[in-house]
Amino acid sequence: MRVKFCGLVAASFAVAGCATMGGQAGADDGEAPRYVAMAPEEAPFASTYNRYPGVATALVGATVFDGAGNRIENGTVLLRDGEIVAVGTADLSTQGYEVIDAAGKFVTPGIIDIHSHLGNYPTPSVDAHSDGNEATSPATPEVWAEHSVWPQDPGFSRALANGGVTTLQILPGSANLFGGRSVTLKNVPARTVQGMKFPGAPYGLKMACGENPKRVYGNRGRIPSTRMGNFAVARQTWLDAIEYANKDDARRDLAKETLVGVLQGDILVHNHCYRADEMALVMDMAKEMGYRVSAFHHAVEAYKIGDILRENGVCSAIWADWYGFKMEAYDAITENAAFLQDAGACVVIHSDSENDIQRLNQEVAKAQAAGERLGIALPDELVLGWITLNPARAMGIDAMTGSLEPGKMADVVLWNGDPLSVYSRPEKVWVDGALMYDALDRKRRPVSDFELGQPGEGDVK
Amino acid sequence: MKRPERKRLTLLGALGIFCGLAGAFIGGSMARAQDFAIINATIATGDGSEPVENGTLVVRGGNVVAAGEGVAVPLGVEAIDAGGAWVTPGLFATVTTLGIWDVGAVSQSNDIRANDSPFSAALDVSPIVNPANQHILIHRAAGITRAATTTMPSGSIFAGQGAIIDLDSDGQPVMRARAFQMVDLGETGGRIAGGSRASAHALLRNALREAGSYGEAARIPGRSSEARPTRSGDDLPIDPRLSGRESERGGDVLLTRFDAAALVPVVRGEQPLYVAVERASDIRAVLALNEEFPALDLVLVGAGEGWLAAQEIAAARVPVIADALDDLPETFEVLAATQSNIGRLVQAGVQVAISASSGENPRNMPQAAGNLVALSRLPGATGLSWGQAFAAISSVPAAISGYEGRAGILAPGALADVVMWSGDPLEVGSVPTRVFIGGIEQSLENHQTRLRTRYRDLDESDQPKGFDW
Repeated sequence: MRVKFCGLVAASFAVAGCATMGGQAGADDGEAPRYVAMAPEEAPFASTYNRYPGVATALVGATVFDGAGNRIENGTVLLRDGEIVAVGTADLSTQGYEVIDAAGKFVTPGIIDIHSHLGNYPTPSVDAHSDGNEATSPATPEVWAEHSVWPQDPGFSRALANGGVTTLQILPGSANLFGGRSVTLKNVPARTVQGMKFPGAPYGLKMACGENPKRVYGNRGRIPSTRMGNFAVARQTWLDAIEYANKDDARRDLAKETLVGVLQGDILVHNHCYRADEMALVMDMAKEMGYRVSAFHHAVEAYKIGDILRENGVCSAIWADWYGFKMEAYDAITENAAFLQDAGACVVIHSDSENDIQRLNQEVAKAQAAGERLGIALPDELVLGWITLNPARAMGIDAMTGSLEPGKMADVVLWNGDPLSVYSRPEKVWVDGALMYDALDRKRRPVSDFELGQPGEGDVK
Repeated sequence: MKRPERKRLTLLGALGIFCGLAGAFIGGSMARAQDFAIINATIATGDGSEPVENGTLVVRGGNVVAAGEGVAVPLGVEAIDAGGAWVTPGLFATVTTLGIWDVGAVSQSNDIRANDSPFSAALDVSPIVNPANQHILIHRAAGITRAATTTMPSGSIFAGQGAIIDLDSDGQPVMRARAFQMVDLGETGGRIAGGSRASAHALLRNALREAGSYGEAARIPGRSSEARPTRSGDDLPIDPRLSGRESERGGDVLLTRFDAAALVPVVRGEQPLYVAVERASDIRAVLALNEEFPALDLVLVGAGEGWLAAQEIAAARVPVIADALDDLPETFEVLAATQSNIGRLVQAGVQVAISASSGENPRNMPQAAGNLVALSRLPGATGLSWGQAFAAISSVPAAISGYEGRAGILAPGALADVVMWSGDPLEVGSVPTRVFIGGIEQSLENHQTRLRTRYRDLDESDQPKGFDW
């Protein structure tokens, strides 16, 4: 704590409070240096999120999808002190709990969006808010998405109220081969991004292959301007990081720290990649350099290599039906998720959109129906995992959230109908057991600073 | 559909490959629309009413004869038992860019925006619609049978002249060329016009003035001094760009002659003017245009803050084509955006179509409509009934497009665009199982279905996937 305090003071008051720590010159052998930054392990920009107060709540009588593949009819879900206490049938005692009659309704874990730009491409979408791509160099692993996130983005509240989203990963954009670190957030209103940061969530590294990096830099007459250029820059960047990691006395390098975090397995790679052949190349690059890819994002051709993705244990984060907007999206099919699931590979449905994040449940339903029409068994309790436990795994937070299991965070959505129907909406949403949205209570919905005093403030949206 | 006989004849060659799909309708007379009935169907007629079970639909000569409960199947007409399946009119998509681009980011394949064209209002989409385009095939398979399609404002505040198209396979997509003109008077229009909405308004007024005086000298038929040709049904309008030859025009001319001529029918109210605006104040400014130009036949496109001016829009009897699900302050002109916008407009008596741009693709229109039904169960929100929501993607956009009672509806005399569905058409999991356009069954195959078939398994033990077709 002492060092952390010192670091904060250093930032605020230009080191005056720390100057006495290091003795005289600070360069002599055996003496601590005069000026010291926090070490990476000390987690700068730490989460200040604390769960909000909640009441012990029993949801009784609902159809429960636990996110882990189970379905309970007439189920009971107990929440207390921010945690799931129990999930079971009607026999569970609700003594000591405030009971909500959820008969005819549905309960799921809080929805998780593994791919969002809320906060770093917030609305209003003006140039002054365009903070997602540090498109000045093809490799910028040193930038952190959290330093771009505007917590007043009105999109957070829509994702909560209309989409039941309780956790989301904010990623840098895809202009760069190495876009920078992602940040995982709890979807609660906060004055600072630290107040939203998911405690204990690992960082991610956004990478990209394909059209975007080669277009952005090729247009400037520099490498990469081709797909082979993409790989050349990426591999050299990894080799440099390995060299750095093997040095004991290397000068601190923020970019390398992120890459070494990946090599150590502490930071998870989220790789924007559309085409099947390119994903296969990326997986070989990961083998070459000694890291693993957690998930391919926008993997519209993943269905062509479901077997390879399964063998490599890589998730595919995909849209249900986006297609055709760019060359590498020409072969998108709505059966992508179903074919992947059928091949035994990991499926995640993502949004990459401030609009579709409000309807991830509907995107799942589209992808489910496409598979079922071909005779692939995709029960509701399975496919809801595509937006709950599966993204939690790919984001490294599955021990904490993503399913309704005792001891996990009480991130819960009560739906007013089948969540796989277009006619259903969240009725209540809890984050860590705190009621953050209630469709039946007009005041129980967040309104961002930006919206105050403007037309439509506090509207149902 | 102006020359249906010619259209039908051209079908002969194309339809051979569809035989397997067309089932009972395959025969020597494939080139003509079939007479058929569908019985035991859950029918939604598209007129705003709720669906009825155990309904019957009768189609003859490419037109609907009857639809609903208690309809008898005429003798000699083959009846298909729907087994309770949903049957609806084909969906009508507006405003779209269907048929004029292949891949969005491949500029060579994309004709949506003519940024560097010397022309503006004169742009005419009708000669460039490609009926073999994958988006046409994919959207046909999604139950969209007709659409309004247009280039978009880019180099000028005017988009050019949009067309009404069908999505059938006869190779002749254009039903009505130069069906509407579109202009952007909002944030985008202001940027195009030189950096301010004020310039966009000045440009529009000047353009209409130039068009008005152009008509005087060019002797374009339809001036009050001359007998006006009778217009009826699907008569195509004349192309005023090709009328008149005067070389002298007044000074201070900004429009090319071609562009001025293209706007003559707009000034006269013979061609609807679609005006893209979002902000409530911009909507009011558009409605006020009718004081200066009384003949303008206005349609609002966008109207994200329409609910704040709902009474005024209703009083002006101006129809609206609105995005259904926008609820974020994406720009400063939609600060008041809410998914209740359409519900509130409809409640005020405004005729509202759900815009085809409500989702990622026009094929998501039913999802948008379904979401508006969902809103009706949310306290404080204003949604639509199922019947209203379905009408907003079928009969209402058809009516705004000039096809009231003819498209997007199952009613006597309407074009027999019929879709059978795997389930409730507004549910996200539902898809069409059969699609008829003008009484002719259509193929539902496309690039995506072929990929689906090839990659249903990943088995390459005998041959590579390249041989799997």
